[in-house]
Amino acid sequence: MELLSGGDMLVRALQDEGVDLIFGYPGGSALHIYDAIFRQKKIKHVLVRHEQGATHAADGYARSTGKVGVVLVTSGPGATNAITGIATAYMDSIPMVVISGQVPSDKIGEDAFQETDMVGCSRPIVKHSFLVKNAEEIPAVVKKAFYIASTGRPGPVVIDIPKDVTNPADRFPYRFPEKLRMRSYTPAGKGHTGQIRKAIALLLSAKRPVIYAGGGVVQGEGSEQLTELAQLLNFPVTNTLMGLGAYPGTDRRFLGMLGMHGTFEANTAMHHADVILAVGARFDDRVTNTPGKFCPGAKIIHVDVDPASISKTIVADVPIVGTVKSVLGDMLDMLKASDDQPDQSAIVDWWRQIDDWRERHGIYAAPRYRTDGDMLMPQEVISAVHEITEGDAFVTSDVGQHQMFAAQYYRFNKPRRWINSGGLGTMGFGLPAALGVKIAHPDSDVVCVTGEGSIQMCIQELSTATQYHLPVKILCLNNQALGMVKQWQEMQYEGRLSHSVYEESLPDFVKLAEAYGHLGMKIQHRDELHGKLREAFAIKDRTVFIDVYVDPSEHVYPMQVMPNGSMRDMWLSKTERT
Amino acid sequence: MRRIVSVLMENEPGALSRVVGLFSQRGYNIESLTVAPTEDATLSRLTLVTIGDDHKIEQVTKNLNKLIDVVKLVDLTEGSHIERELLLVKVRATGAQRDEVKRSVDIFRGQIVDVTSNMYTVQVAGTSEKLDAFLQALGEHTIMEVVRSGVSGIARGEKVLSV
Ligand SMILES: Cc1cc2nc3c(=O)[nH]c(=O)nc-3n(C[C@H](O)[C@H](O)[C@H](O)COP(=O)(O)OP(=O)(O)OC[C@H]3O[C@@H](n4cnc5c(N)ncnc54)[C@H](O)[C@@H]3O)c2cc1C
Ligand SMILES: Cc1ncc(C[n+]2csc(CCOP(=O)(O)OP(=O)(O)O)c2C)c(N)n1
Ligand SMILES: [Mg+2]
Repeated sequence: MELLSGGDMLVRALQDEGVDLIFGYPGGSALHIYDAIFRQKKIKHVLVRHEQGATHAADGYARSTGKVGVVLVTSGPGATNAITGIATAYMDSIPMVVISGQVPSDKIGEDAFQETDMVGCSRPIVKHSFLVKNAEEIPAVVKKAFYIASTGRPGPVVIDIPKDVTNPADRFPYRFPEKLRMRSYTPAGKGHTGQIRKAIALLLSAKRPVIYAGGGVVQGEGSEQLTELAQLLNFPVTNTLMGLGAYPGTDRRFLGMLGMHGTFEANTAMHHADVILAVGARFDDRVTNTPGKFCPGAKIIHVDVDPASISKTIVADVPIVGTVKSVLGDMLDMLKASDDQPDQSAIVDWWRQIDDWRERHGIYAAPRYRTDGDMLMPQEVISAVHEITEGDAFVTSDVGQHQMFAAQYYRFNKPRRWINSGGLGTMGFGLPAALGVKIAHPDSDVVCVTGEGSIQMCIQELSTATQYHLPVKILCLNNQALGMVKQWQEMQYEGRLSHSVYEESLPDFVKLAEAYGHLGMKIQHRDELHGKLREAFAIKDRTVFIDVYVDPSEHVYPMQVMPNGSMRDMWLSKTERT
Repeated sequence: MRRIVSVLMENEPGALSRVVGLFSQRGYNIESLTVAPTEDATLSRLTLVTIGDDHKIEQVTKNLNKLIDVVKLVDLTEGSHIERELLLVKVRATGAQRDEVKRSVDIFRGQIVDVTSNMYTVQVAGTSEKLDAFLQALGEHTIMEVVRSGVSGIARGEKVLSV
């Protein structure tokens, strides 16, 4: 059997696991591993400019491909810099493996140079973690880590490796395990047939049904089944922020996003529903508003691979533990084989009601923002990008108003096209994530929708884009403020803008982009919007930073009334309330 | 409601900290926790006592089950079960008190396991309630030090928790 050092074993095990890309940043405790990477050809390594960037890039790669994102960092500051990105992946259930160097085993606990208890620091934000004790365990640990990260409810896994374990001087026999058996981990697969039958009966009896689908449908590759089911039943569908693209956004059955900044029709339909089919969604507080007032008349069917998601905040009447793909697949098979068929006449009134809601306040029926002022509106900018990219770009986003405008106005028709941090809401996510997406999809348009606040949190990755020639578009909706914070301050703190504005301190983003070797472009007026955007999107081989000045006074609407509001209690504009 | 959850988990470093971390992270209560390896050295058996309503307990067990190191668990309080806790207590005992303490120890079927001219060290095993009662019965005699092991439990009858 071949003898390999721990460092070589790690790299070989990654290769045997099918990894071809790592995002990372070197340092003392990881140097043996970095040397092993240098001496091979199969795995490409992307040097980021900050470890947070590595985790978000790997995350964007994972979200856009369904594969596991891989990160390599050193101990101490390298490891702690990765924490935000690990937490981001954890909250959105993204498969990721983070390998961190650690100080040598005999130094652990001595406050050694660059020592941090990485397993301890990351414990609440990982699906699992390993501290490798000796080189022989590396292949099995790698195999387990990828299996755990990518199955069941996906999530990040940390492998912490003390430096002595990767020492090139110590060699051990290498064998990559073919099979894996873990008695303590059996992810759910098929749903319970009896429960599925119950669910079908409930769905067929519904007079006011809504399908509420989330990120689990995207991550679990269940879009096809979801779409077929919704069309077979002719039921309205709403998506969470994480679920956008799971159902075609321009189909007439789609009500738009639900929740805090969901559409009037989606939130109102949810409130009045008698049967809700929740799939791969976790009844987040940004969706339910006040749990005690959530959908008072609804019977709830909840399909989720993680039993702990079911009845956590909202009690399910028909819980089904299983993967979206399998459960919806079984539902479809049973429905098609059944004598009981959907009765379209039962939901005619419901559709009439929904169409009326849409007409009255829907954001897609007519523009709900003003277009007669001097300033560009963020909504029209996103709509223009949607038009120019024919709705087919990968759109990553940062966090804030711009994120909500992108979610509302870029009407995603395919899964894995909308890539944003929902659960943690991490500013700084967008640019590195876009780079991860671009590496995976070199021939597609990749747009990072950002704000002048968020972009500055990981702006250093502009340099990574230069080094690896990753031509993405950065669309900065520049409202010269931490807009989302400002909106809350205007709505809830009588307009006291405590530290949400920068007082003329913003950099010139055009020059900044140019300093990194990219193109910069500024858009300020309506009459130049389409022309300049077209120009920018026609450039395929350069990164373009498009700094778009938008109306700083604009708020995101609808916005649910908080606290103590129900789903249907919303602000529709600065002055209109439901 | 007080619940006794019995957990069989991989005897791995870090496994215990994941269990304890889960409780603090999610705001669950731990009344007591005991853990030791089983006859199979690759497995540990952990018993924890927690307090919460049905909804909370359901979340506790679901989240414990989610930990990769947890192989199996059972809520012992769902069925009939045996629970035991061990108490060691040092009691000041001089003069006439010596007999009185000894009587209480006998009533509670405890044992005096160490003696000096001024004190007894007493061992009592039983349910947590019984130990509470014993400490109360010692009453005015000065209790100098108390050590309780936390609850261990096992289901009655043929039911076993094993892999
Ligand atoms: C500024 C801001 C505003 C926001 N406003 C809104 C808003 O208005 N509306 C909104 O919806 N969100 C909003 N969010 C996002 C929100 O915080 C949550 O991240 C989001 O609602 C969660 O989406 P989800 O329910 O789809 O769950 P996810 O976090 O995507 O979780 C997926 C669920 O699916 C399950 N799952 C995973 N894989 C599978 C599988 N294969 N089979 C079955 N189940 C699976 C998981 O166990 C989990 O329960 C906002 C976030 C920010 C930062
Ligand atoms: C790392 C981090 N810090 C703070 C916040 C809180 N926060 C949410 S939105 C926001 C403002 C974002 O400003 P900008 O990127 O300019 O977007 P805008 O809302 O103006 O579109 C802040 C500070 C956060 N989500 N993430
Ligand atoms: Mg801003």
